Amino acid sequence: MPLYEVLLQQLANGLILGSFYALVALGYSMVYGVIKLLNFAHGDLYMVGAFAGFGVLSLISGWVGGGWGGIVPAILFSMLAVGVLGVIIDRVAYRPLREAPKLSVLITALAVSMLLENVALAFTGGQYTAFTTSLGFAGINLGMVHVTWTQMVLVGTSVVLMVVLELFVSGTRHGKAMRAIAIDQDACRLMGIDVDRTIALTFLIGSALAAAAGVLAGVYYGSINFFMGFLIGLKAFTAAVIGGIGSIPGAMLGGILLGLLEAFGTQIPGVGSEWKDVFVFAFLILFLVFRPTGLLGQPEVERM
Amino acid sequence: MSEAAVRLGRPGWSIRRALGVVVLLAALAAVPGFANNYYLEVLSEAWFYVLLCLGLNIVVGFAGLLDLGYAAFFAVGAYTAGIVTLRLGLSFWLSLPISVVAASIAGVIIGGPTLRLRSDYLAIVTLGFGEMVRISVRNLAVTGGASGLVGIERPTLFGYHLDSIGAYYYVFLLLAVLGVVASHRLENSRIGRAWKYVRSDEDAARAMGINHAMVKLAAYILGAIFAAIGGCFYAAKMTAISPETFTFNQSLLILLGVVLGGRGKIPGVILGALVIVIFPELFRDVGSMRMLVFAISLLLIMLFRPAGIWPEKWR
Repeated sequence: MPLYEVLLQQLANGLILGSFYALVALGYSMVYGVIKLLNFAHGDLYMVGAFAGFGVLSLISGWVGGGWGGIVPAILFSMLAVGVLGVIIDRVAYRPLREAPKLSVLITALAVSMLLENVALAFTGGQYTAFTTSLGFAGINLGMVHVTWTQMVLVGTSVVLMVVLELFVSGTRHGKAMRAIAIDQDACRLMGIDVDRTIALTFLIGSALAAAAGVLAGVYYGSINFFMGFLIGLKAFTAAVIGGIGSIPGAMLGGILLGLLEAFGTQIPGVGSEWKDVFVFAFLILFLVFRPTGLLGQPEVERM
Repeated sequence: MSEAAVRLGRPGWSIRRALGVVVLLAALAAVPGFANNYYLEVLSEAWFYVLLCLGLNIVVGFAGLLDLGYAAFFAVGAYTAGIVTLRLGLSFWLSLPISVVAASIAGVIIGGPTLRLRSDYLAIVTLGFGEMVRISVRNLAVTGGASGLVGIERPTLFGYHLDSIGAYYYVFLLLAVLGVVASHRLENSRIGRAWKYVRSDEDAARAMGINHAMVKLAAYILGAIFAAIGGCFYAAKMTAISPETFTFNQSLLILLGVVLGGRGKIPGVILGALVIVIFPELFRDVGSMRMLVFAISLLLIMLFRPAGIWPEKWR
């Protein structure tokens, strides 16, 4: 293939990968923004979402088929179920530790992550589960590059979810409450904001987005497994940091940027796919050294 | 603390306490006399994790910096030993100073850029660093790629070939004891106090003239050296090392030992290290579910004892 077609193909790959990263990064960024917790279980919610979607799809594909007619209900159910799971996790594991040292909460989050992974491991026996759909490979051709309708719908769905989220957070009372809690929890309590409920809402939305990404990734890659959440969790956090943690447009930008970086990184001579993660993490470290607030983050004022 | 000890300005070493330590060490040294190989294997591993947890405790416990990539330093030690003996054909004992230098450099690489960062970013940078090291040893030719290094020669000490599990029981017991002594001395030294000062209030510490960057860097380097020395002996004991030993889960396990037991408190960390090794062994019958049981127990401990089982008293 000529060079520009390789680049075009990687652009398409990077955008799709980036939109998954962005969806997962949004949840990370929202939770971090509101309660300053690095929710390690977030990547695993993406994995649980994929399995929930798979479960629904295999139940209903008998009479609605394995196309979008089955996938859309699967996504919606998975978002609801995992959203509720996120709220339960917050209630059981994180809320009792709101005043505890940061490190303790972080360890709790790691424990929840281990728990989810091992439950999934026990159910699947560690095997890859084939996520079969009846979506074809029809699409449009741009030169030698073939982009399927499925890929376009995946990116489109991600973008729609992100826009809805941004409108919600910037335009509604609940969104305003979230932003207020991020600034000063105690002041929020004094102003009559139900802090615990707003945090629960943040977990609901963040987890639902991760679940949506999980189902979409299942549709895209065609297989799911119990450890699929680990690496994407790591990279989504990287994306959130690059974009500026706590910022919603930042998480989207960071996600897309990371996806593109990874796709083009494999084309650099000497990098290749086995070195791509080293490339991504080295980029993250350099990025943090030179711009620790991320692309769109607010510089944090350290109070004495 | 007894009054005499307070006057001497160091933790109390009453006759009774000293006697207790001697009896405990004698009992531990006598274990290979009657225990079978299974127990020796598990206990050697436990001493090994005591060393690693004590090393990580310097970073996480004393200095209050999160490190999610500690297995990288362990990998540096193990691969140094492997490369020194296999690729360079030198004596195993030379790998100890070399790995100390290598670990210090790794400590500066990870510590340097992260000194200015917020604590949560540290988590992700150290995690990324750990993954970078693992992927690198997996892809490089000198480290043997995915299959790792095989056939590392076991060392000889004063004409005695260290080639039995009993010998390694003593090696790791000795390393653990040295680790405890070193941690204890560090904790009560000038730098130990500086770590705890920076941990509780970095701004106040800086105002008092503590060079916070140097102090944090020292924590990373010393912690790395513990893991590197442990890693050398690990390579000698196993004779084969592969990248899959140094995954994120390994870093996590060591961190769990530190936090579970009680970060910042040496007896707590020892307890935590013993728990992470012995607990999964006790639940071997549950098979693949044992990590699940472990995760639930960890969750419960964190919910009811957020500072660990045997926490440090804050003064």
